[in-house]
Amino acid sequence: MATVSVSRFSMPKPGRGVLAGAIVVAWLVLWLLLRGLQTLSLGAADLTALHRGLNDLNDAIGASRNSNPVFLYFFNEIRLAVDEFATFVSSLIAEPAFGRPVPLLGWLGVVAVLTWIAAAVAGVRVALLAAAGFVFLGLQGLWQESMDTLALTVTAVLIALLFGIPLGIWAGLSDRFNRLITPVLDFMQTMPTFVYLAPLTLFFLIGPASAAIATLIYAAPPAIRLTAHGIRSVPPDTVEAGESLGSTRTQTLTKVLLPTAKRTIALGINQTVMAALSMVTIAALIDAPGLGKTVVKALQTLDVGTAFNAGLAIVVMAIVLDRITTAASTGSRRQGRLSRLCRPALAAGAVAVVACGYLSFTYVWAAEFPDDAGIGDTIAKAVADATDWVQANLASVTGAIKDAVTLVLIDPLQALLVQSPWWLMAAVIVALSLVLGGIRSALVSAACLGLLVATGLWQDSMTTLASTLVATVIVMLLGIGIGVWMGRSARADRIIRPLLDAGQTMPAFVYLVPFLALFAATRFTAIAAAIVYAAPAAIKIVADGVRGVSPTTVEAAVSAGSSTWQTITKVQLPMARRALTLATNQGLIYVLSMVVVGGLVGAGALGYDVVAGFSQGSLYGKGLGAGLAIVLLGVLLDRITQAAAKRSA
Amino acid sequence: VARSKWLGGAAIAVAAALVLSACGGAKVGESSSSGSSGGACGDFNIAVNPWVGYEANAAVVAYVAEKDLGCHVTEKDLKEEVSWQGFGTGEVDVVLENWGHDDLKQKYMQDQKTAVEVGSTGVKGQIGWYVPPWLAQQYPDITDWHNLNKYADLFKTSESGGKGQLLDGDPSFVTNDEALVKNLNLNYKVVYGGSETALIQAFKQAEQQKTPLIGYFYSPQWLLSEVPLVKVKLPPYTPGCDANPEKIACDYPDYDLDKIASKKFADAGGPAYKLVQRFQWTNADQNLVAKWIAEDKMSPDAAAKKWVDANQDKVKAWLS
Repeated sequence: MATVSVSRFSMPKPGRGVLAGAIVVAWLVLWLLLRGLQTLSLGAADLTALHRGLNDLNDAIGASRNSNPVFLYFFNEIRLAVDEFATFVSSLIAEPAFGRPVPLLGWLGVVAVLTWIAAAVAGVRVALLAAAGFVFLGLQGLWQESMDTLALTVTAVLIALLFGIPLGIWAGLSDRFNRLITPVLDFMQTMPTFVYLAPLTLFFLIGPASAAIATLIYAAPPAIRLTAHGIRSVPPDTVEAGESLGSTRTQTLTKVLLPTAKRTIALGINQTVMAALSMVTIAALIDAPGLGKTVVKALQTLDVGTAFNAGLAIVVMAIVLDRITTAASTGSRRQGRLSRLCRPALAAGAVAVVACGYLSFTYVWAAEFPDDAGIGDTIAKAVADATDWVQANLASVTGAIKDAVTLVLIDPLQALLVQSPWWLMAAVIVALSLVLGGIRSALVSAACLGLLVATGLWQDSMTTLASTLVATVIVMLLGIGIGVWMGRSARADRIIRPLLDAGQTMPAFVYLVPFLALFAATRFTAIAAAIVYAAPAAIKIVADGVRGVSPTTVEAAVSAGSSTWQTITKVQLPMARRALTLATNQGLIYVLSMVVVGGLVGAGALGYDVVAGFSQGSLYGKGLGAGLAIVLLGVLLDRITQAAAKRSA
Repeated sequence: VARSKWLGGAAIAVAAALVLSACGGAKVGESSSSGSSGGACGDFNIAVNPWVGYEANAAVVAYVAEKDLGCHVTEKDLKEEVSWQGFGTGEVDVVLENWGHDDLKQKYMQDQKTAVEVGSTGVKGQIGWYVPPWLAQQYPDITDWHNLNKYADLFKTSESGGKGQLLDGDPSFVTNDEALVKNLNLNYKVVYGGSETALIQAFKQAEQQKTPLIGYFYSPQWLLSEVPLVKVKLPPYTPGCDANPEKIACDYPDYDLDKIASKKFADAGGPAYKLVQRFQWTNADQNLVAKWIAEDKMSPDAAAKKWVDANQDKVKAWLS
């Protein structure tokens, strides 16, 4: 018997598909019979014992703040050190310091230094892009705000790397530490920032330290993960070769592992910088100065134009920093040649940088960006007009689309997930993970579901899960459609890629207002916002996958007489299957990271719980519970899709 | 080729830099008279909660404190809960517009004893259910809660599950709406917009496009000067009718919006604290400054200056 069932489980795809289908049919039948029973619902203002306990804990910590030695000697010291460092960085480029009315380095100096760095690590084209991008920030009338944001980003990234790279190396060398730290990193990346924002100000006060620490909690994991990954990917024979020559462990690390893993580590730094920039608007909620503040303030008066102008500055800064760090990680060979070629030029450039730095230190015109350009106002006005037009003319059409999607997709799925008895729903998820991912994945699912019940927010979790699944389906449709197009056409790739970058880095707060106008405060609006953020990642991954299919295979198919459609569906997509599953996995995680933003525009459920917890002390515990529930959903979906991907590979 | 271009470019840059530095321009620090204007005031940290009416209060107090008392004012953009937390850590000196928040008063005044009341701002706050003006004009009886069930169909949306939708906003604001709907037997469902932005946008659009909407709103709020929303009559408030949160079936009370200070700041009793103590104005004053900020896009500081210049008598009373 056992052998029979084992062989059935390990049968190729069709068997698994049939089993999964059978589970779903059984679920539907049981749902018809049992819906509405034991759904574990909880009202918006209701709390469970766990939530109250977390409230009390939070209050107790707050009350003992001034007497507790942990605060006095531990957190206070950390705060002092981080504050000092953050103030130092911002006095270089952003804030008045050393008795001067302006920072040490004025705009000319900052542009010169950045251009020189870009030229040194990434070449002339990126250097020109960097110079143009940063001058544009000044022309937008946002130099001061941009530098505040840059200073915070630099502070957070440097601290993140100071700890992240050693931890990454450790995780790369030790399997045990790697297993230990992976769930911690998952937690840091999926726990909504809103949950720990208020406690952070309790621990580290309102100021640069809290803002920097909030940013680096979210931004450090990619550096740690990719450093570990880089070290793990070094071919074992390379290491053995070194060891057989008698190198010590330190020598192996510094002479073999780190140099070989250099490019992956640089990619980790790139991801950390991007993640730090995505925290700009959140940090503004605890008084971090910069572009995020401009966005948040503008939205209090529905000033979409001003918010967009500041959002655009964040996008420009992100693209510049991305191109510099990406070139550092990918173009190492070319760059090596280039910098050798240009060494005298770079030296001359360094002289120019010093000159510019001196000028911007000394003269007002080079220190403060002349703010009469007015480009920012023009942009704000144009965007405001465009938004008004769209709102006035398209709202009825988009409203109809919203109603249709809600009726056909969101409502039925939500009814199915929310009205199933909790134990039925849990059994279905465990059974599906057993079929799709195997026994380990089923155990992880069971654990996550058990904890989900314990958070007391089962029903809200299911509501959020329904929206998440709908959003992910749409993300994947876009991912495959546009990704295939980009993968097949280099020109499409060139045109679309900057738009994708913008979608990933433009703060969601900026497009929430027009979305609210088009789709009202609804679950659909939340889904639309999640799609804008998550689709670019899925599209990029699919495009890479399609481009990775060997050209000879494609040519063979074409010469055998396949039509374009056949080539895509029979050759390119099947061969890019790994990319498709990876895109689904990343799409899910990115959608989930927008749950809280969704809570601000009508999604209700977990997102709203988190926002409410940040806003009202009495709901703090519930907000924390909701944050945990989001983490659990993330782990659940991530592990199932990863296990499924591994099986199908 | 690239190399020579680079060298040339760099050389030009250096040359240009030298020329420019020779001809100069104003030097940093030359003309600035930014020395502190003295005074016994010192540092003054104002929390700025995220709505425009509050910002108007803060801007005017900050302006007067800086110009007339020579304080070094820092405005910190924070939500309510974080601001009150700041009293204990010494990061925040005052909150200049507090809407009730009995929970916070209990926690920070009675339990932790880090905050004290400083009296009314003179501004009266009102919370309630509102409809856009066109709707009140077309259906005059809609502004009485008795008739709301008659109109429930009008307010159906994709989110309200077949009932009428009652839109709620930012979770920081006091709301009894779920209890009200239940206890008044209304065929409505409370839908949580989740932010003030969502709420303002919804009302603005409802008036613009003449679509039906009923929702939670409040005055003073800058939107009311642009779209004069109409309040729906609920059963009148009587003291104690909101004692049991689950049984509430009456309107919201009027709020006397007040000022809160950190205990340390109040005990020190400096000039900035005395200013906060005496600061009082009216809904009309606040609405005017808020309108300048929100609709005329003036900077808060410029709006404050404009109001202070026109209202010297009131400002003098705060300083005497």
